[in-house]
Amino acid sequence: MPDLIVYFAHPGQRFSHVNSELYKVAQGVEGITLVDLYAEYPRFDINVDREQQRLLDHDIVLFQFPLFWYSTPSLVKEWQDLVLEHGFAYGAGGTRLQGKRMMLAITAAGPQDAYTPEGYQHHHLRTFLRPLEQTARLCKMRFLPPYVLYGSLKAPGAGRVAPHAEGYRRLLAGLRDGRFDEHQADQHEVLTADTLPLWNEA
Amino acid sequence: MDFLSLAFLFLIAGVVAVPLASKFGLGSVLGYLIAGIAISPLLAAFNVDVISLQHFAEFGVVMMLFLVGLELEPRLLWEMRTRLLGLGGLQVGLTTAVVMAVAMAFGLPWTISLAIGLIFALSSTAIVLQTLNEKGLMKADGGQASFSVLLFQDIAVIPMLALIPLLADPDLMTRYAEAAAETAQATAAVQTDAGWGAAFAAGEGAGTGEAHADDGHHAPAGPGWIETIPGWQRALITIAAIAAVIVGGSYLTRPIFRFIALAKLRELFTATALMMVIGIALLMTLVGLSPALGTFLAGVVLANSEYRHELESDIDPFKGLLLGLFFMTVGAGIDFGLLFGNLGLILGLTLGLIALKAGILLGLSYIFKVGGSDRWLFALGLAQAGEFGFVLLSFSTANAVVPAAIADQLLLIVALSMLLTPVLFIAYDKLIAPRFAEAQAQDPDEIDDEAPIIIAGHGRWGGIVNRMLLGAGYKTVVLDHNSTQLDMLRTFGFKVFFGDASRPDLLHAAGIHGAKMIVVALDDKDQATELVHHVAHTHPHVHIIARARDRNHVYELYAAGCRDIIRETFDSGVRAGRSAFEALGMHPFDAERLSRGFVDEDRRAIRELAQVYRSDIPIHENEAYVARALELRAETEAEMRGKGRAFADRIDRGWSPPTVKDVEAETADAKKDAG
Repeated sequence: MPDLIVYFAHPGQRFSHVNSELYKVAQGVEGITLVDLYAEYPRFDINVDREQQRLLDHDIVLFQFPLFWYSTPSLVKEWQDLVLEHGFAYGAGGTRLQGKRMMLAITAAGPQDAYTPEGYQHHHLRTFLRPLEQTARLCKMRFLPPYVLYGSLKAPGAGRVAPHAEGYRRLLAGLRDGRFDEHQADQHEVLTADTLPLWNEA
Repeated sequence: MDFLSLAFLFLIAGVVAVPLASKFGLGSVLGYLIAGIAISPLLAAFNVDVISLQHFAEFGVVMMLFLVGLELEPRLLWEMRTRLLGLGGLQVGLTTAVVMAVAMAFGLPWTISLAIGLIFALSSTAIVLQTLNEKGLMKADGGQASFSVLLFQDIAVIPMLALIPLLADPDLMTRYAEAAAETAQATAAVQTDAGWGAAFAAGEGAGTGEAHADDGHHAPAGPGWIETIPGWQRALITIAAIAAVIVGGSYLTRPIFRFIALAKLRELFTATALMMVIGIALLMTLVGLSPALGTFLAGVVLANSEYRHELESDIDPFKGLLLGLFFMTVGAGIDFGLLFGNLGLILGLTLGLIALKAGILLGLSYIFKVGGSDRWLFALGLAQAGEFGFVLLSFSTANAVVPAAIADQLLLIVALSMLLTPVLFIAYDKLIAPRFAEAQAQDPDEIDDEAPIIIAGHGRWGGIVNRMLLGAGYKTVVLDHNSTQLDMLRTFGFKVFFGDASRPDLLHAAGIHGAKMIVVALDDKDQATELVHHVAHTHPHVHIIARARDRNHVYELYAAGCRDIIRETFDSGVRAGRSAFEALGMHPFDAERLSRGFVDEDRRAIRELAQVYRSDIPIHENEAYVARALELRAETEAEMRGKGRAFADRIDRGWSPPTVKDVEAETADAKKDAG
């Protein structure tokens, strides 16, 4: 049973330059579970039992998506609303996810300097991710720093997609093999291909 | 007067009087009664035998009880048992006792008094049920209580008929007859003016009494062969007859109707239904039981049958006509000569009787917790004497229990109290119901049974709708005219009824008046359109969902008044298209969005085409239609292939990312703000 499950969520995959590349790379990583949420639930009728079982079967849950309005694509929100039930994920007796890890792999259209108090987004990226971070905490999961590509719209032209995708491959393999250094990771607000805290890379 | 003239006379009286009475809010029963009074001089002039006509018309009561039985599943009858025996039993017992006491106080011997008590204890099933149905009060608590009592009375008639001959006292009769003869001579001059009514008053009462007794509709009194055999055999035969009705109703109806269906003739169903009701009535009479009770029992047995609504709609018109005739004969039978001769006494006794019966009913309503406006409906509704009273009265006269002179006066009281009943109902409507209306409005709507969803046509399409509705806990009434299909459905426990849903009378029987919704899923396009047209215009409160066989049918249904039209193959076609997209490698979410876009576009197109559609020319000859259809198709295709923007925008908007320019514009704005 693989330890890592990757939920990929992108409603407009025909227009995607980065995320579809990342997903392709993820498909090449053996021994992990991959879910294309929009392909599995095109009509938003999420199978709660199946999803909860998937969570129980894995130790690390990674969501890969483009940042939409400082949040997830809507299907991920629907997934959260339905799957993270009280009594299962939180609340009285809700300890089934205790000790598991949650991580995000996201792309942001704005450049890195936009996500500063001086930039046009006015806040650091992590500030926008607080709801997800707190979601993980309430579910007694550990929230790992996100793997981020800023300026994703310009990335293809600037040749930044391939290195980021390769980093993604290394990240998934590292998480799968237990070579991800969480203590070192916590030194960073966000992780990039250059700052991946991985042990013993072959 | 020959048969056709007589029929015409009654029909024209009813046709004129009943709508007028309804218009003035008097109800159909009073209308018929007034019509009867109006034609009574003519009937008298032509020497029409109103009494025998009345006996013929009493068969309407038999039919009515059959229909009542059809509405009453055995389960419901069982639930009614406390009220049926308790409320009904006490009403009959108490009323008999009190009336008997009053009669004895008037100085009558106890035998006559008891007979009068029994006669007056009964109420009029015909008037009360007809009025309650007309006002839609049958399912109300007061209506249910009234029905329990009426049903008990119908049953109680049988032991009463056994009891009355035991009260016979020929010596007493002779004394009364002598006294009556003197009176008759004294008043002969007045009474000849009163036409046939005089026959009652002047010593011929015994003769009419025999006519009543010969009649087989209610009274098991005829000199039947049944009385010539020993008691235990009689009991056995009676039980066998009841068993025959129950077993026959349960097991023979379906094969018989399936056999009839082979002929594919509407009138054969009517003939079969009549044959059944009359046959049961005859059987019951033969074994000395009440035919009304027998047909009621048969109705209950058939209440769960798929032919229930078919039977209802077949019998209903006959019941209506016969009851109408019955009410008219009651009106025509009022002996105004005798009435005006003793106006004070008769009127006083009638009002006294009504007050006494209503008082007892009111008291009982407290014990049996019939509250609010229902209490008054119950008390006022059952306060009259009834048509069974006529029967018992003539039977008593024939058996030398009640002398003719008294019987004639009693007959008047029974008829007058029946005549006053519609007035009491009006009083209830105008004076009592409004006072309780406010309190009732706050009660939750619990008459869901009365607001069913009718599914017309239970084929592959209607069947899905029905399964969904039943699954979600809604109540449906399914009508279909395919017996094989029905048998299959019955096997799986669905509640379905046989019948052609395009017939208004069957829709009526299925409860279209109180229905929330009708789902029109008939296979035949024209029938479906016709049905939609009928329902949309006659019952505008009913929401119509109709299945369209194709595009043209959509336009026709729209024109017929339906606004919720579902094309039968459209959704499955769209799903197949979506599956094709997915199989061709399209992302499932894109396939979903694209097919939704197609559905929207297609519905827009069909709305536009509906504007140029004309029912009088075939579409391929309708140039405007053809031109617009071609245009629309080209548009849709261009959109779906990404050549046009409107369609693609609707599908892709939101998912296509912002451009680099968008990001630069934001950055520039931020710098300006900072600067």
